[in-house]
Order: sequence, then structure tokens, then C-alpha cells
Amino acid sequence: MLAGIRTRDLRKVYTSAPPVAAGTGGFSFGAPKPKAKGQQPKPEIVALDGISLDIAPGEIFCLLGPNGAGKSTTVGVLTTRVRPTSGQAFIGEFDVWQSQVTVKRLIGVVAQRPNLDFSLTAREILTFHGAYFGLSSHERAKRAEALLERFKLTDRADQMVRGFSGGMMQRLSIARAMMHDPQVLFLDEPSAGLDPQTRLLLWEIVREYNHSGKTILLTTHNMEEADALCKRLAIIDHGRVIALGTPRELKASVPGGYLLRLRLGVHSPDLLQRLQGLAGVREVRATDGNGADLYADRGGPLVAEVANLAAAAGVELCDVHISEPSLENLFLHHTGRSLRE
Amino acid sequence: MNWKAFFAMLARDAHVARRNFVALLFQTFLQPLMFVFIFGRVMVGSGYMPPSYKSLLLPGIMAICMVGTGIWAVAMPLIAEFQFTREIEDRLLAPMEISWLAVEKVVAGTLQSLAAGFMVIPAAWLLLRPGVDLNVPHPLLFAVVAVLVALFSATGGLALGCSMQQTHIGLMFSLIVAPMIFFGCTYYPWSALEKFPILQRAVLVNPLVYASEGLRGTMVPQFPHLPLLAVVIGLVFFNALLLATGLRSFHGKSVS
Repeated sequence: MLAGIRTRDLRKVYTSAPPVAAGTGGFSFGAPKPKAKGQQPKPEIVALDGISLDIAPGEIFCLLGPNGAGKSTTVGVLTTRVRPTSGQAFIGEFDVWQSQVTVKRLIGVVAQRPNLDFSLTAREILTFHGAYFGLSSHERAKRAEALLERFKLTDRADQMVRGFSGGMMQRLSIARAMMHDPQVLFLDEPSAGLDPQTRLLLWEIVREYNHSGKTILLTTHNMEEADALCKRLAIIDHGRVIALGTPRELKASVPGGYLLRLRLGVHSPDLLQRLQGLAGVREVRATDGNGADLYADRGGPLVAEVANLAAAAGVELCDVHISEPSLENLFLHHTGRSLRE
Repeated sequence: MNWKAFFAMLARDAHVARRNFVALLFQTFLQPLMFVFIFGRVMVGSGYMPPSYKSLLLPGIMAICMVGTGIWAVAMPLIAEFQFTREIEDRLLAPMEISWLAVEKVVAGTLQSLAAGFMVIPAAWLLLRPGVDLNVPHPLLFAVVAVLVALFSATGGLALGCSMQQTHIGLMFSLIVAPMIFFGCTYYPWSALEKFPILQRAVLVNPLVYASEGLRGTMVPQFPHLPLLAVVIGLVFFNALLLATGLRSFHGKSVS
């Protein structure tokens, strides 16, 4: 059965716990105590602010955004670990919160932080995972062997994972998520901390898994990864989808494609006006400080003209940074901030 | 209910316990058996304690071992796995309702606690003999009390493990477990507190009192002990309370 992913107006508002020192010294059984009269209301943090997505069965979809944008919370809601404040989430035809057990059979999850069972060896981690999903012992052993081989972990298969490197743990986490052959695979920043060689192996395995008809939802703040793997992607910021489409479509939606980030000696509205008049410049935006972002359909050739205009206006041009068409530019264009900020 | 997943998780816990068997053995038995040796053998042998103290001590030591084992087996992994290693996430994503994972932890803790209880009897008996006068007139009643004590240890472990911060593990032992043991009628019978009437009533909020008095009443009934009906009611009440609060906290930890 092929299964896609659908969300409707997902909202998640966290109310953070009161600080330990102000509470009961850290001991509390059960639910938090009711608020005393006059106590400050808990601060609310809006993690998701109306996320609606339709991901087709068999698609590799990417959520791209900076840290804290709401990517992991979206994955949490879709994988039964975060209860949404409102809205709905579906895996295939099943409502994630009404059919949790059925949904858990359909999904495989690789969390952002390694969460391997440190009391077991690599092989046991896979076989016990298979047992939780009801695989026969023969099937468990066979699949574990194949996955260990595929993820190049055979030589460490019978060692405890406590001593594994970060990259090995990440490979094993992905192998474990594939162990029960889920229809939908969630990968939350899978290549964080991986060396380039392992990252390529991971990409190859993800593509291969997708070719067998499986749906993959991947979160990343690495544009290269999103560009290389995803058929479509959503850019998320502050819990909202700010752009959605294929990488090509999204990149094309940035005016001109190229971005020239200028740092000027003084703020000069007059100069910005003149820059707007240069051939190929689509949009000029003043940025914080004395800077300006130029969206244009060419990069390097513009620099000399920009320098001439600045000199003519008596404004010092301190720095120019040219970005070729990329998802980073797209993010910047929509939010005014860099993905890396 | 997905029994396959449930038993696979029990098998995982059994596998891990087997792997750590020697460490568990020392952790469970070393301190109580040293206590047995000093108080039951040295103090009695040198005449500071009456010989009957040997028989009085054994059920209390069994209660300490069982409760210590169950709390340790359930609470410590939960504290680490929810807060630090997050190992439990894989099992939370297994196709089973998450409350059953908490129940599985309680079952595993109960079994470990029972194993510890039944292993400490011959070990303590060997250290103390001769002069231990064990007398189990109602084996079935003894079994019921032992199971209730083991369940108390595991449900207590669940409630503690889901409500403690990792940084408070030391406090958990010094503020909760140690007072529970010293005021739990483990080294003396409840009737010995007659001269301290306020304390005698106050310790009744300590579930370990019912555990040690229950084991005393079923293993060495010749000593004064709480009525067994009160013991059973007390243990059932505390087990239900701890299971309910533990399940609630477990759910709160599992889903944000």
C-alpha cells in the first residue's frame, strides 16, 4: 500500500514548564499543579502556525528552514510524538492521532539526535526493532544482515553501539528505521555531522528506497541536500510555509536568480534608487545597517557598474558578495534572513 | 493490543538484564547482605542483639532487596532514556499504544524484584544460620504479598522515573529511598514504634511499611506484625496510586 502525507492547518503552541528553582525543587508527581491566583501565565511559543502540506505517495519531499523553524515539530506531529494544538495530520488515509498504532506501522523515523539502544549491539538493535514490528526471527536476521551490509556496518555488527562514531550511529539509525520496510520514511536532518563520503552513501540509499515506491520526508537546513534529493520542497520559517514547489520552480521565483549583497559606507536612498535602474537588476532592498540586496539576472558583470555608481554618489563600497541562483537566495528573499543565521 | 511487540520488549529487557547480570547481582545484594552479616551475625554473635533478631531481620532485608531492585530496574533506565540517551524513542514508535510500554516496564521490574526477593532468602539464610526460624504457614498468602511488594517496587520506579530530572538522581536516593528504608519497618517491626506514637502513625504513609510487615507476617508470623488484611489493602492502594500517577507522567513524557 502506497501512502502519502497530508496535513491541514497544523498548529502547535508550546507552553514552557516553570523554572525548576521556582517550583517544587524539581519533584513533582503527575500533572503540574494548578496555577495560583495572580500567577503569571506561562509564555506561549508558537512552533507551528498553520502548516498545510500534501505530499504524494512515492515523493521525496523536503522541509527546509533554519533551526527552530518548526521542521522537527512537524515531523513530531506526523510521527505521533507531538500532539498538535489544532489541525489534522494524515499518513495515507489514517489520521495520525486517531489511528496511532496503524500509523506507526506505516512509518520509519530517524530522529535528529541519535537515540540508539545503548544496551544492545548494532545487530541486536535491528533485530529487536524487527521484533517490535512482529517480524519472524528468520526474517529479522535476514533483513538485519542485508542492512548492515548496505550501510557498511557488518564488521562492527556485534559490538555495542556505545563506542560507535557519530556517523556510524547515524547510519545505524537509518538502517533501523528501514528495518520494518515502512511506507513513509522520516529523516530529520539525516546528514548533520556526516562526512561527505557518508553523505553521498546516504543520498544514494535514500534515492534507492524512494525508487521502491516509498514516500520520504526529509528535513534539512542544507540547501545542497534539498536540491540534490527532493522532488519538491517547502521552505518553513516561524512555523509557516513561506514557499513551496520544485527546487527549480522555487529558484526561478527569486527575481533574477542572482543575489548581490552590498555593504556600503553610509545609507544612501539615492544610490539605491540608481542601482534599481541598472540593466538586469530586478529588485533592490535596503538591509540592516548600510547594506543593500540586489536581485538581478547576472552576477559578476554587475559589480563594476555598481562600483561606478557608488563612486559617483560618493558612497564607499565596502563589500560585495555574489550568490548564484540557490535556495539560500530564495530563503533570503522571503525572510530577509540567511538560512545560516 | 499488540502482544508480539509487548513480549519483544520484555525479551529485550530480559536480554539486557542477562547481559548485566553480574553487575546487577552486586548492586542488589552486596549492601543488604553486608547488613545481614554485621547485624545478624556479628552483633547477635557478640551478644549485642538477641538471637531472635536473625529471624526478624530476614523479611525486612528481603523487602529492601525487592524494593531496591524494582525501583532501580524501572526508574533508572527511564530517567536516562527519556532525558539523556532517548533510547526509549524506538520503542515509543513501535506499533503498540504507548501506555503498554509503561506496563511492560512495570512487568519487567516486578519480575526482577521477585527474582531478587527469592534469591536473597537462601543467601541471607546461609549467612545467618543456624537460628533462623522461617515459618510460612500460608504459602499462597506469602506469594500474594510477595507479588504485591514486587509490584509496589516497579510502580514506584515508574512514578519516580517519570517525574525525576537526571540531575536529581542523588536526591531521589537521599530524600526518598533512604528515608523510606529507615522508616519502613525493615530493621524493626512496626510494633517496636509503640513508644513513639506519632512516628508510628506517620510511617503508615510509607508503602514499604506494608511490604516489610507483610513479608514478616507471612514468613515469621511468630513476631508481632500488622494484620495481613491491612497489609494487602495498603499495598493494593499504593500500587494503584503509583501506577496511575506513573502512567500519567509516562504519557506526559512521551508526547509533547
